[in-house]
Amino acid sequence: MRNGNIMSVAAITKDEILEILQEVKDPEIPAVSVIEMGMVREVIVSDTQVKIVITPTYSGCPAMGWIHNEIKKVLESEGISNLIIKTRLSPAWTTDWMSDETKLKLKESGIAPPQNKTYEFESSDLFNIIKVPMAIICPFCDSDDTKIISEFGSTACKSLHYCNSCLQGFDHFKCH
Amino acid sequence: MSIDATKKALFNFAIKHADDRLILGHRLAEWCSTAPILEEDIAMSNIALDLLGQSVLFLKYAAELENSNRTEDDLAYLRTEKEFRNALLCEQNTDDFAYAIARQFFFDVYDYFLMEALSKSTDEQIRGIAEKSVKEAKYHLRHSSEWMLRLGDGTEESHKRIAEAVEFLWMYTGELCETDADDELLKSEGIIPDLSGLKAKWYESVSQLLAKATLEVPSIDLFMQSGGRKGYHTENLGHILSDMQYLRRLYPDAKW
Repeated sequence: MRNGNIMSVAAITKDEILEILQEVKDPEIPAVSVIEMGMVREVIVSDTQVKIVITPTYSGCPAMGWIHNEIKKVLESEGISNLIIKTRLSPAWTTDWMSDETKLKLKESGIAPPQNKTYEFESSDLFNIIKVPMAIICPFCDSDDTKIISEFGSTACKSLHYCNSCLQGFDHFKCH
Repeated sequence: MSIDATKKALFNFAIKHADDRLILGHRLAEWCSTAPILEEDIAMSNIALDLLGQSVLFLKYAAELENSNRTEDDLAYLRTEKEFRNALLCEQNTDDFAYAIARQFFFDVYDYFLMEALSKSTDEQIRGIAEKSVKEAKYHLRHSSEWMLRLGDGTEESHKRIAEAVEFLWMYTGELCETDADDELLKSEGIIPDLSGLKAKWYESVSQLLAKATLEVPSIDLFMQSGGRKGYHTENLGHILSDMQYLRRLYPDAKW
């Protein structure tokens, strides 16, 4: 609890809440917080309550329930009890909401950040839709001589690649 | 049209798309630890997870529309066979990898174009689910298309197995792009776009890929099985439900 006091809702600002939420990390990618991931879409502080709007990253992301509880836990430990957490689906979360700084953090933790521009409805031609995206740059040696091992990796958000230059396998945060 | 009728149509719409994903996701999850290679094991489980997640979103929305005490879990675990609205293709059982891939490919093509269309829905929840799902569907489609090509244009044995799978499953594909009274109502209310063009898009893409995979392209006018959308299922669904719902029905209030 901040200064050992229970803060009334009115006493806390939006910026303070955003700062507190930096403590909530994605359990599958502990390098980045829910704020850095771009999952927190809105924080509304009124006299009587705090409302937080989050947008899920992937439909089947098993971490969503955990993140929801963690946000609640962290804010409650700061004395904010009148809290509403709402889920908003549209606009859908996209990796474009990650800042360059966040992408760098991913790279530093050995995960190639999303590097292609995200999805647009480019074509209804099947062969265009299933075209394999360009080679992912290795987060360890920056080589683009890499190959894809599997588009489905250790978690819903990652694909698995191999670097022909430094002979390392690595994860890539998929573009969504 | 009254609000109640629109709500009811939206509820039915959410349920049928939830059920496709719940049942096919369950079928895919059966490959966890039994797929031919480790990467494939992970891929199939990942796709199952995506479909299950999408199903949860649709079921949550259905529960919200219904505004009763039923939750998404009640809708998944406490409905009977006849209340399920999934397409028959999704429930088809197999322990042959080629059949699992063909089943997935037929669904993925449909799913991709459906979700692309629904991302233009004026209903915020439907649009939100579709905007997310279409990106996931693209990965799924790439995965199953690559396998179709690899198996069709692979060895004599793989060609034979995938050709048999296509031939057997074909009669379950007609139902996917059928539209019903709920779709019509939602279209007339401007909530979802016209979905009548899906069938042609589906057939064009499927034909192109089958041809490239050196497989015969069946006619779209062959006899097609139908009934899943009305609650008339093959015997497969009962087996899935007894498996999936057993624990929840035996220990109704069990918690992790």
